[in-house]
Amino acid sequence: MPKYEPILLKNMLQPGYAGSLADYERAGGYQAVRKVLGKLSPAEVTGIVMKSGLRGRGGAGFPTGVKWGFLPKDYQGPRYLCCNADESEPGTFKDRQLIERDPHQLLEGMLIACYAIGAASSYIYIRGEFVLGAKILETAIKEARAAGYVGKNIFGSNTSIDIWVHRGAGAYICGEETALLESLEGKRGLPRVKPPFPATHGLYNKPTVVNNVETLANLPHIVNRGAEWFASIGSPPKSTGTRVFCVSGHVKQPGNYEVPMGITFRELIYEHAGGMRGDKPLKAFIPGGASAPFLTPDHLDVKLDFESVALAGSMLGSGGVTVMEEGTDMVWAALRLMEFFYHESCGKCSPCREGSSWLVQIMRRIVNKRGRMEDLETLTDLCKNIAGRTVCAFGDAEVSPILSTLKHWRQEYVDLIQAAETANLIRPEPVGTKH
Amino acid sequence: MLKEKYQAEIDEILSRYPVKRSALLPLLYMAQREEGYVTEAAMQEIAGILKLTPPQVYETATFYTMLNLKPVGKFHLQVCKSLMCALVGSDTVIGWIGAKLGIKPGETTTDKLFTLSIVECLAACGTGPMMQVNDDYYERLTEEKLDRILADLRQTGTSSLKTGPFMWPEPAKPGA
Repeated sequence: MPKYEPILLKNMLQPGYAGSLADYERAGGYQAVRKVLGKLSPAEVTGIVMKSGLRGRGGAGFPTGVKWGFLPKDYQGPRYLCCNADESEPGTFKDRQLIERDPHQLLEGMLIACYAIGAASSYIYIRGEFVLGAKILETAIKEARAAGYVGKNIFGSNTSIDIWVHRGAGAYICGEETALLESLEGKRGLPRVKPPFPATHGLYNKPTVVNNVETLANLPHIVNRGAEWFASIGSPPKSTGTRVFCVSGHVKQPGNYEVPMGITFRELIYEHAGGMRGDKPLKAFIPGGASAPFLTPDHLDVKLDFESVALAGSMLGSGGVTVMEEGTDMVWAALRLMEFFYHESCGKCSPCREGSSWLVQIMRRIVNKRGRMEDLETLTDLCKNIAGRTVCAFGDAEVSPILSTLKHWRQEYVDLIQAAETANLIRPEPVGTKH
Repeated sequence: MLKEKYQAEIDEILSRYPVKRSALLPLLYMAQREEGYVTEAAMQEIAGILKLTPPQVYETATFYTMLNLKPVGKFHLQVCKSLMCALVGSDTVIGWIGAKLGIKPGETTTDKLFTLSIVECLAACGTGPMMQVNDDYYERLTEEKLDRILADLRQTGTSSLKTGPFMWPEPAKPGA
């Protein structure tokens, strides 16, 4: 038995559970949406979600009920719900499991959210590589449509809600909510300038809510068991409920672990994920996906909740915990992540587009023992000129691997550069301009 | 021509969206499914269907890495090299594939069977090293497993080693 009561993973942990409509209903599924439709007002549903303290599971951790509350009350045209299933943050693989193993849990959550915000149409924007996930969702929607749970007058009520699957095509940035909307409109996935926010000008310029898969999957449980129950789990009052943490890297048993927020990294890594591979000491870990700054063994007793991780100088982000053992080359690790960000920069803002290229070139030079001491200053300087100077949060994210490894493992950079000096290899001129 | 062959499917796709342009990615996927990559002729045709200019289609198609604008081999091997996979040996996997097939990243075998691409995170970080072959994921790769996958692909066009509905750690077996 798991140490903590699983909520989102409960059904799929049952032997033989295949995620069909029959399976889901046998496990008590589609009762929450029945409790809501026509019995509670949309404002009451939003109130329950606010009271539960549920915060977005995609990365930013914005309170879900508050997000819904931003939609204009008196607007008479169409509104939209978009489910963000573009799971692309390196280190994160929870939404994939929630979709492929229990698709109806997500669909029920979407129906509740649509009812609360008054949306008659909703789209699941799923990353293009999840071909199997998209097929499973299509099948689940077909089942739900045949049962009268999706489409016109769902559950015999006067509410009509439709759900469609829309596949992305391989762009990390489309997980940013306004880039997602652009992509869904058939354009290049470039983030929009905010404000205006999607709550007023979203999909097709209409009021729109974008919520992550895990966020939406929590809704049936909150409705069924009450806001107080949910708010009592985890690390109240600000980080309530469980999170499905994705553990990867040098651990014995990587995988998805659903635990209440507020347990320590030590417990997650050493108890749930089985400890370090080959029992080597832990050297570093990333607490919340590639965008989150690296942390050190000194941070193992930090609690896995939004505030504690922020206080430690990083972020809980998407819940992707990547663990590195003693012996891992931290400059190389930062370069790998930097190459990811360089590849995925959408190109809209110059500091990010050009800066990511320069950062990769300098980092490659250092790793290849061709670096020079002033590169360290250039790196810091470049990073400071990218973060906060772009339309979306990508700029802040892309500098975190370099800045955090420079902070904690500066000596490794220095050693590589000194090795270059000793070897007296031919070094190219510095790349980019100094500011 | 897509329109002659798939009119009903195109109509169904268009019915999902209040604005035609939203059907662009689904139609580009349809074109890729048809010919293995997105041809210029297909982009012209899609522009006509959606009442867009060809450059509007082209600018969108070039943004997304999953849309191939050039022909690729029958099996498109896409190995993840992001940090999480690299920590558990993705570079070694790339080396194995290169040695077994005699191709470098970005190249296609002369028999046009295999194309090797190096890609960024595919959301299988707990089960790396991994690769995607066309629509399917293959995870926790070892050299022995890779040999079997390549042999299966050559012989039958698919492999039973591909990942089904994902769950990791593995779920309890029925009846256990």
